[in-house]
Amino acid sequence: MSIYLDYQATTPCDPEVVAAMQPYWTQLFGNPHSQHRHGWEAAAAVDVARGKVAAVVSAAADEVVFTSGATEANNLALKGVMARSHRRRIVTLATEHSCVLETARWLEGEGCALTLLGVGSDGIVDLDALAAALDDDVALVSVMAVNNEIGVIQPLAEIGALARRAGARFHCDAAQGFGRIPLDMPAMAIDLLSLSGHKIYGPKGIGALVVSNGLDLAPQLHGGGQEGRGLRSGTVPVPLVVGLGKAAAIAVERMSGDRASARALWDTMASTLAVPFVINGSIGARWPGNLNIRFESVDGDRLIADLRRLSISSGAACASAKGRHSHVLEALGLSRAEAKASLRIGWGRFSTEDEVRSAAVMIAEAVEAQQRQAA
Amino acid sequence: MATGRTYLDWNATAPIDPAARDAMQAAAGTWANPSSIHAEGRRARALIEDCRERIASHLGARPEQLIFVSGGTEALALALTGTQPSQVIASATEHVAVLAAVPGAAVIPVDAAGRLDPAALATRLLPGALVAVQHANNETGVIQPIDDVLEVVRAAGARLLVDAVQTAGKLPLPASDFLAVSAHKLGGPPGVGVLVARCRDGVTATQRGGGQERGLRGGTENLVGIAGFAAALDARAADAAWMDRAGVLRDRLEARLQAAGGEVVAGNASRLATTAMLRMPGTPAETQLIHFDLAGFAVSSGSACSSGKVGGSHVLAAMGVAGADECIRVSLGWTTGVAEVDAFADAWEALTHRRRAA
Repeated sequence: MSIYLDYQATTPCDPEVVAAMQPYWTQLFGNPHSQHRHGWEAAAAVDVARGKVAAVVSAAADEVVFTSGATEANNLALKGVMARSHRRRIVTLATEHSCVLETARWLEGEGCALTLLGVGSDGIVDLDALAAALDDDVALVSVMAVNNEIGVIQPLAEIGALARRAGARFHCDAAQGFGRIPLDMPAMAIDLLSLSGHKIYGPKGIGALVVSNGLDLAPQLHGGGQEGRGLRSGTVPVPLVVGLGKAAAIAVERMSGDRASARALWDTMASTLAVPFVINGSIGARWPGNLNIRFESVDGDRLIADLRRLSISSGAACASAKGRHSHVLEALGLSRAEAKASLRIGWGRFSTEDEVRSAAVMIAEAVEAQQRQAA
Repeated sequence: MATGRTYLDWNATAPIDPAARDAMQAAAGTWANPSSIHAEGRRARALIEDCRERIASHLGARPEQLIFVSGGTEALALALTGTQPSQVIASATEHVAVLAAVPGAAVIPVDAAGRLDPAALATRLLPGALVAVQHANNETGVIQPIDDVLEVVRAAGARLLVDAVQTAGKLPLPASDFLAVSAHKLGGPPGVGVLVARCRDGVTATQRGGGQERGLRGGTENLVGIAGFAAALDARAADAAWMDRAGVLRDRLEARLQAAGGEVVAGNASRLATTAMLRMPGTPAETQLIHFDLAGFAVSSGSACSSGKVGGSHVLAAMGVAGADECIRVSLGWTTGVAEVDAFADAWEALTHRRRAA
């Protein structure tokens, strides 16, 4: 049995979420767009879930557009805003998730202009550089809440204020932040916010884009126009939506508790790990369920291979499958060798102190073994 | 809870098959990210690839031709826009997911029986075009002459996208360049579908990021949904006679209603055996729906995704159906029994007699 410490890649579905979805997999199977009782029951369940998701970010229920996940939500936000704006430029960070960066680059090929801002060695945006990049041609500022590789938290309220002053829209990819850190769309001037079910102990295959009322967005999936007054087509998958709603409600209830236990596990890891390491990214502005660290003279991929009983990664899952290097660590100014000597360790709601302590011992042994060989 | 009610709206969505539910429960234990390289991730990847092989074999495709997506709408959109065709040509009765995705599509009319004329299509075809045709229509069940269409399309150097959302798991699927399928119409869960791309040349991702599905669809795969999808197709294939049973029930229903003054839309056309579009002359569809709902039957006046909206069926309009606003759709599934169909016929007769007496 291995120890799972890859909570940024995905999280196990909470048993309460599984239980909430159960009836909607079976007897309550109606198509929520059908005009009969089976349909109405399904539609009512979708509405309840919509309210729960909206409440997490201080939005209104009718601002929630359910999608197949955060990737679709990010695609919809970027393409949807740019298609309807007379301004041409997108400003985003070099450390964004690949789905934001790839979509932004594709838009660049379609005639949009792109500004990729670097970050400091702590992974945080330079607000002065951002302010300098904002002019009246900027349609959209896209910055993630919590980084998926290094866990750093961006100063969202400050970014939102700058974007608003420049007349630009602010999109926040909150796949890793939704339900973990307090997010308030009106207070942070966030116009669009993406979230994902499977990152918050909910199901895979569901997410949402929360779109401030009044914002004009071009649909990307056309058809029946089921979601967001025509913004997203496709039958709404009711069980998954119910699961996302439940996961969102639990996340709010447990936000401070989850954070405190993540923080305690961080302390356990940091104090038990008996080899020298350097933390990648800010220590203070960080989700405490993520530890991204590097060691002297080790190869991260070999380390992961050596640590057979640990499920950890060297970075984003979608990049690790292809052996790509981390664009996030590169943006922090790490050399290729330093990036290759890094590990992403993530814990969460179902992690135990024993697991984290055992993991720390195993990591230290494997690191020392490699370092002895190298010496 | 809708217990004690009779569900006859299977073309809108179907209850999840018990086998699919069991497969999903089992898959819930394999919850890791399939792109992760650790043991949990590799187990998730292995499960997806096993499902991919099973689904491919049911759909008459090779595993590497499958691109998993969020459902039928996304599958269609990926083919329609991701292949960047010189032109899109669609029949007038295509699902709104096709017609709305390509507002500039050339629309080919259908005849009174709902059938596309391949010869008429031939005159409009240009090389590099993508032709979108449903295998069977979601409202009327009319089956299109796909083999003839494919011949015409191939001769013109164009490509064919078949919308098989209503026929996968029900009929043998035709040859085509692209095939769109949704899980929740065949006993799998909502939120998952597949585009079969028999030739991946010239297909680019429309949903970008992450590079999943060999670069053609970004986003973490819906593992549990894919497991349910595969199990549902297995279940449909394991009971190959179910469509014959449904056909017998559908014919029995239509015969009774016709004897009582009802009309069957495209009754003489080759149709999907689960589907009946039925006219009760003189009674608005809205009145019928209220009556049937109170009597405990879930039926519809057409496509679910547009049934909540104003405006009649574009499908019936394209066929020139008389009394289109007096038609309702009854669709059957693999668990529909003779008692349910007979009870519905009783309710239908009761309403039509009452309306005549009034």
